[in-house]
Amino acid sequence: MTDEKKHLEKLANQEYKYGFITDIETDAVPKGLNEDIIRLISEKKNEPEFMIEWRLKALRHWQRMEEPHWPNVTYPPVDYQDIVYYSAPKKKNKLKSLDDVDPELLRTYEKLGIPLEEQKIFAGVAVDAVFDSVSVATTFKDKLGELGIIFSSFSEALQNHPELVQKYLGTVVPYTDNFFATLNSAVFSDGSFVYIPKGVRCPMELSTYFRINAADTGQFERTLIVADEGSYVSYLEGCTAPMRDENQLHAAVVELIALDNAQIKYSTVQNWYPGDKEGKGGIYNFVTKRGACRGANSNISWTQVETGSAITWKYPSVILQGDHSIGEFYSVALTNNFQQADTGTKMIHLGKNTKSRIVSKGISAGKSQNSYRGLVKVMKRAENARNFSQCDSLLMGDQCGAHTFPYIEASNNTAQIEHEATTSKIGEDQLFYCNQRGIDTEQAVALIVNGYAKEVLNKLPMEFAVEAQKLLAITLEGSVG
Amino acid sequence: MLHIKDLKASIEDNQILNGVNLEVKPGEVHAIMGPNGSGKSTLASVLAGREEYEVNSGEVLFEGEDLLDLSPEDRARKGIFLAFQYPVEIPGVSTTNFLKSAINQIREYNDLKPMDSVHFLKHIKEKMQLVEIDQSLMSRSLNEGFSGGEKKRNEIFQMAVLEPKLAILDETDSGLDIDALKIVANGVNKLKSKDNAVIVVTHYQRLLNYIVPDYVHVLLGGRIVKSGTKELALELEEKGYDWIKEEYNTTAV
Repeated sequence: MTDEKKHLEKLANQEYKYGFITDIETDAVPKGLNEDIIRLISEKKNEPEFMIEWRLKALRHWQRMEEPHWPNVTYPPVDYQDIVYYSAPKKKNKLKSLDDVDPELLRTYEKLGIPLEEQKIFAGVAVDAVFDSVSVATTFKDKLGELGIIFSSFSEALQNHPELVQKYLGTVVPYTDNFFATLNSAVFSDGSFVYIPKGVRCPMELSTYFRINAADTGQFERTLIVADEGSYVSYLEGCTAPMRDENQLHAAVVELIALDNAQIKYSTVQNWYPGDKEGKGGIYNFVTKRGACRGANSNISWTQVETGSAITWKYPSVILQGDHSIGEFYSVALTNNFQQADTGTKMIHLGKNTKSRIVSKGISAGKSQNSYRGLVKVMKRAENARNFSQCDSLLMGDQCGAHTFPYIEASNNTAQIEHEATTSKIGEDQLFYCNQRGIDTEQAVALIVNGYAKEVLNKLPMEFAVEAQKLLAITLEGSVG
Repeated sequence: MLHIKDLKASIEDNQILNGVNLEVKPGEVHAIMGPNGSGKSTLASVLAGREEYEVNSGEVLFEGEDLLDLSPEDRARKGIFLAFQYPVEIPGVSTTNFLKSAINQIREYNDLKPMDSVHFLKHIKEKMQLVEIDQSLMSRSLNEGFSGGEKKRNEIFQMAVLEPKLAILDETDSGLDIDALKIVANGVNKLKSKDNAVIVVTHYQRLLNYIVPDYVHVLLGGRIVKSGTKELALELEEKGYDWIKEEYNTTAV
């Protein structure tokens, strides 16, 4: 047994596998946050007038706000004036093809396993790669263009389709929404914009790989996805980050809008640097993700696999406005070492016959804290609303914590709300059973955890599911011993 | 193949095995019988390497090598298989996936290339027929919601797939009706060869009507007090264990 412990210790002491820094000249604004910085960012990006006005309104609002402290997480105070709010890789010339992309950048993608070249051939996945804050390469644009689908960086969308951006931006997450969303509204540097026209079924998974680079740069993406009547889109977001000692603040906003009979599937695999095994460093991930089922029979589904970040604060939510609309949330949140996660969802039922489903699978190992926090709210007008929630926790070892905070508010007595919760531990019996079949403890843990998370992993597109399974196993290496 | 010499083992400071001696050769079937609490399951667990049991003294050699020095997974990889008395449920993991992990880790340990999916599926299909197990069990979560009989049959199926040198069946007959018992026994018999050996741990003689042992040992008070052939099992069935207890003047029940 001692040999096994030693082996596990060795695995536990492995460094973060995806930690490396790319040496690329960056074009950054000075540290700090004030109106001049906002104007500078907006100018650099040559934004339309409405955008700068919106940013400034957000900044002024933010300056009167206080950072929230209700989540079940602790961290040292963030000095918001000590952050660089914009950094873009320097463009050497205009990019016409991959050949024009900084070779250093391409090597980074290779290390990350995102071979753009190959992806062109593989088809089925269009990649809008966000490096730091500015998109540098977009593929498949022509093919999507034929269908009238817009899939571009947010900056490009502001240049090419300002009227669409203006129409939908902030209509799900207003700039006054919360401290971090408001901060994002003021300073967001880039992100993705998707518009699927009426009746169009997007033929491929749209995928964006985010990557945080450049020391001391807060990352503030903004994603806006609009699915017009009768359309369908599946969107993938996945990330790895280089190793850092400083904490990096990440406050993204994602807004989804589904009109009548439209469907949006949004999948995330999140693997940002979680800090070292003493809990030093790591990314603060304070994200506001919300979708509006604005039309009748619309459907928004969030699937997330969260393994990274030092702190995760994230509640992908759905506002069920349209009658017969459906909101879904499938989540696996894994925390190890000193990671803290406070994550869950909000399902707000406004329309009649609306349905929501929540499946949350928390996994806590090491000395981590993992909280599920969810709200199911049924408004007065929402006749026959239904919700089913399943919140499970899996504990590994005896130094971690799992917490569940379910909130239910029903103002219509026709509502049907079901909530199930379980807490379990990986049992010695299960591990011994696997060992007795020749499976070592490390792989046994991977098997058991993937089995536990299966219902959620099955919701991911195939290529993501495979990646997610590996991630869960890597993240848990050495956590049982 | 297996040499157990004066093995003493305890759990939580209670010594359960008080000097077990046993030799098993390839091609042999040994039955270990005894009343409840005599140490039968402890012996099975110690051989498989369950951590809660502490070996106080003695020696176990498997193919000439010190078995007690090996981790449970390495014992399995060297060809020791334990059919559990209480098979464990693993939600969300199909029997197929579980066995694929097992077979490939065993192969890797033995410097063999992983088995590809085509061969693996062919392999398990063959074994499924051998132990008359239903295809639908393969895709269900391992042991989850299985009936007692299905669980036991699944253990024998796993044994068939992993092809161990030494299989230890720990009370595999408990909880089985006569039909299931026959199927399980039939499976074990089909897997018997001159190169592998089986240790059947059981309380009752019943199973031994179908898996005919070469040797029968009576475990009492943590020692093998009597050994014989299959007739001994019949005698035990008829007379119970009391006469042996008296004969050996032991207090352990």
